[in-house]
Amino acid sequence: MSDRPLLAVENLSVHLRTEAGLARILDDVSLAVPPGRTVGVVGESGCGKTTLLRAILGILPRGALIPGGAIRFEGRDILADRAASARGRIGFVPQDPYLSLNPVFRAGDQILEIMRRHAPGTRRDHRAKLVELFRAVQLPDAEAALRKYPHQFSGGQRQRLLIAAALSCDPALVVADEPTTALDVTTQREILALLRRLAAERNLSLLFVTHDFGVLAALCDAVTVLYAGRVAEAGPTRAVLDDPRHPYTRLLLACHPDRAVDLAGIPGTVPAATAQPAGCRFHPRCPIARPACADAPPPPVALPGGRAVACPHHADALPEPALA
Amino acid sequence: MARFVIRRILLALPALFGLVVLTFVLSRVVPGDPAATLAGDAATPAQIAEIRAQYGLDRPIWEQAIVHVRQVLTGDFGRSVFSGRPVVEEIAFRLPATLELTFAALLLSTLFGVALGLVAALDHNGPVDHLVRLLSIGGLAIASFWLAIMLQLVFSMDLDWLPLRGRMDVTLGTPPRVTGFLLVDTLLAGRPDMLASALRHMVLPAVTLALPGLATIARFTRSGVLEALQKDYVLYARAAGYGRVRLAAIYVLRNAVTVTVTQIGLLFGALISGAVAVEAVFDWPGLGTYAVQAILSSDYKALLAVTMVVGVVYAVVNVAVDVAQALIDPRVAEEMS
Ligand SMILES: Nc1ncnc2c1ncn2[C@@H]1O[C@H](COP(=O)(O)OP(=O)(O)O)[C@@H](O)[C@H]1O
Ligand SMILES: [Mg+2]
Repeated sequence: MSDRPLLAVENLSVHLRTEAGLARILDDVSLAVPPGRTVGVVGESGCGKTTLLRAILGILPRGALIPGGAIRFEGRDILADRAASARGRIGFVPQDPYLSLNPVFRAGDQILEIMRRHAPGTRRDHRAKLVELFRAVQLPDAEAALRKYPHQFSGGQRQRLLIAAALSCDPALVVADEPTTALDVTTQREILALLRRLAAERNLSLLFVTHDFGVLAALCDAVTVLYAGRVAEAGPTRAVLDDPRHPYTRLLLACHPDRAVDLAGIPGTVPAATAQPAGCRFHPRCPIARPACADAPPPPVALPGGRAVACPHHADALPEPALA
Repeated sequence: MARFVIRRILLALPALFGLVVLTFVLSRVVPGDPAATLAGDAATPAQIAEIRAQYGLDRPIWEQAIVHVRQVLTGDFGRSVFSGRPVVEEIAFRLPATLELTFAALLLSTLFGVALGLVAALDHNGPVDHLVRLLSIGGLAIASFWLAIMLQLVFSMDLDWLPLRGRMDVTLGTPPRVTGFLLVDTLLAGRPDMLASALRHMVLPAVTLALPGLATIARFTRSGVLEALQKDYVLYARAAGYGRVRLAAIYVLRNAVTVTVTQIGLLFGALISGAVAVEAVFDWPGLGTYAVQAILSSDYKALLAVTMVVGVVYAVVNVAVDVAQALIDPRVAEEMS
């Protein structure tokens, strides 16, 4: 992890004015994607994963504020410098393949429009390249696929289309937002295998959002765990999964070692973005919380092996009942 | 697509047959004894019986029904009681005037309605949005005949920009009648001066007739665009780097107008009935004024024919609307097959 990162999110905060008050969706989030690596972001639903990707892609909702932080892509701050906008250089695989393509336009035309704006060459080049990409993502009958409408594909095929779209402008980085959540289990496995193969073949950098530890273990070199808009801990995937240090991660893995990230069964709920607790955001639910945990957000503690954990008590044992 | 069109036409046939039956029932039930009405107040029973025999009204009802269906299918509606001329001829003479006016109004309300709805949605809750909303409430609230008279007062009487009534400046004469559509016939005759006059005469009635539809279309387009803008595929397209203009004007609008197009089909009925008032105020020699005359003179043959013709036109427009919708949204055609 010593290469200069392709993508670096540095102390990023994203707030959103809502009717219920200011939603502090992300606070002080940092992560890095080195070239050719796959980095996972995990966290429960609502912890800010999609917002993080939207910040990177420059499509935050109206009313979003960025009170602090930077997003550097290929060394340039794409938040501060609009001209450095990474459109076309960052491919995007969305969460829901059923809803992400416009039903009234041919799927191929929708991808060709992206290429028209961001890829060099003529329309004829683009078509040829797209057919090639359709083959690479194993869409049946690649030539005919160009002329079909989205509803004429199955869910898995649509996700393949969207993966082809993400690759269509030769991006350096691909970000994917839970790309298999909307699919059935068999299709999930196929799509993951496809992504892993493509990432290896094309030496892609991948930022992969998931709430599934199984997916994480199968695909990602490194992981960042989010809780309520803050980084709980980060490090190489194997190390984090084998020996989690943050109480949140430890409880999660104790509950569901290879399943969905979900703290059901542990007292309390994830706080709303408009009502984040002071101090460590996990402290109201944490079995080893001390009074001081409510005072200030704990700074990340660096651990050996390129790891970091945002908990000063990471070395303490959790009480037995919490792990039962 | 061809199969879709054929299917859609076949589906319209039962509705048209229903219309034939309905007109028959209405013509026998509503006016009481049509023969007595036709004969007039001073008629003797013998005269009424004669008329009854002449129109076949003394035959058994099922026989009358068969005759009615056969007449309708062959376009034989008999002679107008009022003018004594064949009803079909009179309608053929007047239908183009009404169609020209309603299609002009339809075009105006669609073009401006869609455009206004789009800009309003893109300026959601902004000043343009509020202005368009005000206009569309006004457009629906204003009575056509009042608007027509106000427009005449302002643009014809006061400003003298546009003609007050009629289809054509009488001093220019009329072009040889080929299609009955003045805009076409003046072109065929190679008379740009006549074309200009016909266009100028059309402005005020077409605007009057278009306004309620324009308001409706603007409203539906606005909400359609707003709804489409919320969709995941718009977010995805933005992430993928679509241009702003293309996103709004092409990408989202096409989704939005699937709803609008359905409205156009419904609107056409309102346009036809609106044409009755508008034609009367602007002295437009169309089907609307003809229908009013027919009603006032109890000319049931003429009324029957007008009803049938309007029904057929309405059915054709709705087939066209469905076809347009299938062209816009490929899922529509597939749902039907
Ligand atoms: N457009 C929005 N308007 C209001 N709240 C939002 C919006 N987008 C996200 N949020 C809030 O921000 C938090 C994080 O959402 P999100 O980034 O979608 O999380 P995740 O992808 O991890 O499920 C949630 O509490 C959500 O309610
Ligand atoms: Mg999400």
